[in-house]
Amino acid sequence: MTPITLTVNGKKHTVEVSPDTPLLWVLRDTLGLTGTKYGCGVAQCGSCTVLLNGDAIRSCVTTIADCQEKSVTTIEGLSADSTHALQKAWIEDDVPQCGYCQSGQIMAAAALLATHPRPTDQQIDDAMQGILCRCGTYPRIRRAIHRAAAQKGGKS
Amino acid sequence: MNTPTNLTRRDFIKVSSVAGAGLVLSFYLPSKGEPLGAAAAAPAFAPNAWLTIDTNGIVTITVARSEMGQGVLTSMPMIVAEELEADWKNVRVIQAISHPTKYGSMSTGGSFSVRGSWQNLRNAGAAARELLIAAAAQTWGTETSACRAENGTIIHTSGKKLSYGELASKAATMRVPTSLKLKDPKDFKILGKRLRKLDTPSKVNGSAKFGSDIRVPGMLFASVERCPVFGGKVTSFDAAKAKALQGVRDVVQIDSGIAVVATSTWAAFQGRKALTVQWNEGQFAGQNSAAIWKSFEEAAKSKGSIEDYAGSAENALTSAAKKVEAIYYAPLIAHATMEPMNCVADVRSDRCEIWVPTQSPQQVAGEAARILGFPLDKVRVNTTLLGGGFGRRLQTDYSSDAVRVSKAIGAPVSVVWTREDDMQHDWYRPCTYNVLTGGIGKDGWPVAWLHRVVGPGSRGLVVGGSTPPYALPNFQIDSHIKDIGVPIGAWRSVGPSQNGFVVESFIDELAYAAKKDPFEYRRHLLAGSARLRRALEVAAEKAGWGKPLPAGVGRGIAAVESFGSAVAEVFEVSVEKSGKVKIHRIVAAVDCGPVVNPDTLEAQVEGGIVYSLSAVLKDEITIARGRVEQNNFDDYRILTIDEMPKVETHIIPSTESVGGIGEPGLPPVAPALCNAIFAATGKRIRRLPIRPADLQ
Ligand code: FES
Ligand code: FES
Repeated sequence: MTPITLTVNGKKHTVEVSPDTPLLWVLRDTLGLTGTKYGCGVAQCGSCTVLLNGDAIRSCVTTIADCQEKSVTTIEGLSADSTHALQKAWIEDDVPQCGYCQSGQIMAAAALLATHPRPTDQQIDDAMQGILCRCGTYPRIRRAIHRAAAQKGGKS
Repeated sequence: MNTPTNLTRRDFIKVSSVAGAGLVLSFYLPSKGEPLGAAAAAPAFAPNAWLTIDTNGIVTITVARSEMGQGVLTSMPMIVAEELEADWKNVRVIQAISHPTKYGSMSTGGSFSVRGSWQNLRNAGAAARELLIAAAAQTWGTETSACRAENGTIIHTSGKKLSYGELASKAATMRVPTSLKLKDPKDFKILGKRLRKLDTPSKVNGSAKFGSDIRVPGMLFASVERCPVFGGKVTSFDAAKAKALQGVRDVVQIDSGIAVVATSTWAAFQGRKALTVQWNEGQFAGQNSAAIWKSFEEAAKSKGSIEDYAGSAENALTSAAKKVEAIYYAPLIAHATMEPMNCVADVRSDRCEIWVPTQSPQQVAGEAARILGFPLDKVRVNTTLLGGGFGRRLQTDYSSDAVRVSKAIGAPVSVVWTREDDMQHDWYRPCTYNVLTGGIGKDGWPVAWLHRVVGPGSRGLVVGGSTPPYALPNFQIDSHIKDIGVPIGAWRSVGPSQNGFVVESFIDELAYAAKKDPFEYRRHLLAGSARLRRALEVAAEKAGWGKPLPAGVGRGIAAVESFGSAVAEVFEVSVEKSGKVKIHRIVAAVDCGPVVNPDTLEAQVEGGIVYSLSAVLKDEITIARGRVEQNNFDDYRILTIDEMPKVETHIIPSTESVGGIGEPGLPPVAPALCNAIFAATGKRIRRLPIRPADLQ
């Protein structure tokens, strides 16, 4: 099989897996980046959300072939030391309960802030409604996104 | 003023030093159902919790309960740290490794962790504090009464100070006082504060390790093809195509089905698709939901075994001025934890190590030992973080999969269930059929209450929480437990989750039949139940009960006491033409006794409400041809962020005993919502989940 080259969190990787392998499993099982989670495998829960060239995508239904020569950002690469505005806001509002969905939540929120630096509640709903949280942390997710936006906004 | 508490045995708490430096304090936490004084009667002292203070002043607390989002890895240390007068910045927590006896019961359920250990955790913190004070007093050659503990230091009246780190080793040589002074709650500095959970930072950067994130050298991945019909068995299988796939290492038959072992989870999933398996579907192959309900209806025609009663409800009913009859249905529902079931096992010839997101590490160990024929002490179970528990992870089916596969292949293995496996092989909340008959007198107050419940599983799961909290002179609850071939288990808030719906809906029906206000009706009947009545009153007051509402909007109330806490909720709703329910406001009032962390409390109440709303407003589990019809989150939907209603949680200041908080927020949800729908539309919901078609 043809090796596939992609950049993950700023580092170049060449992987030799079958080209239809979803990015999710390459991240988790080949590269050992287990921060990205499996929740449904069929683009129904959002736990596996990562950034592909800056866009939020469901890594469980994105084949590794589609990542050829592209750049992937996972929760591990969002910041070197948990200092991304979203991570800080997430800690400030103590958002996670079990925490399993939170990587996907944060990555979806990161894509949202990149396009809408001060999102409205409606924009938050639109961007985040595909990311399920069984523990029901939704009110805090909303609060933390607004907090992160306000913080970032202060700087720009 | 301080409250003295007498330790019944000097040995109740033991002190030792850690490798000559620092303090180790071991103490005893009773298990579920055990009276708090039981340790005193135990023949030999067996400490089951540890607190260490090292020479840098770092306080480490070992917690034997599982963290599944309810915050136990933070709340339990908070209780110790309060009495210890520790500096919270220096408090760490360790998850205990499973042991058959050392920790008593390690099961996490019944919202029991905090209420079961509250007193002993406080005692332990206070004992450590006294040891540190004694060590300081000795160092300074002064009376202990001249020393006080504050924020990780002992301070002398003269102003001189020694840190806990400096005192730890000496404290280890002191004797635990026989009588401890516990702090007055008004002096609490940590308890009752909004502290962030200790594990939060790891959950925002991908470093938190759930069961499915465990990687062990040489580990393979496996996925198990199971008979879609409950109780079915493999007749024969052909693995040739699966074995030919890239990455597939092996295919082995285990008790639960055919396991495909591979170098990645994806390859294992693909291997499963390439299998051909013949099943003997067993005796439940023809089972379906309609047949289940029909059999329940049949069973309900005869009297079942009496579960609880007062007076003579059957007699009293004959003289009632008005009779009210209703049938309530609670559906089968799945847990659908966000992290599907999974487990890593490494079985060697003479020992076994397991990493598993479990609520029952001791049961996991016991099952593994049984399967392998090993003594219990050859099985080591590491509890990882749980990506949700909700009762599902009290079961050991998924850990046994991993043990069996690892044994078969002679290598460590991570068995990961697909979402479909998880949805179709759960231990579901029982579906119940409830026949309610109520009689009210001329004055409108109830004279008789009869509740016949039919359901699968165990009596506790079906009947729990069915006794009404109200002053009913005559009531009777009887039950039929019927096996339906579907695995049944505890679902967050257990019996009260469905019986809260039945009881709190039917009392509403009686109130309307009596032409009385449903809040006042309950309030009157709760005269003997002060705690629940107060919660009811607070919820009503905060929600503005009785105040006018816009046209089409209705208010409903419900109050349930469960797991040691009283919770009342008021919902404001309207129903769109399409039958879609719109929730405008939720007000919850909670009395759980002393509050450890109000932030966690609010999160648990809110989270419990969302969990319950998904079950009430979305999908149920249905059975056809002996199998579950739902597959994934597209046909078993859960609430999304845009559907999240506003929840206002009011904590009632309380001197009641300490109660649970992970579950008590759920039971009032369904009835308060359905009662509000009745208030808004005149339509009574007696069957869950609510279907828009019922409200068009
Ligand atoms: S795992 Fe990808 S959306 Fe659920
Ligand atoms: S925090 Fe548990 S699923 Fe979101």
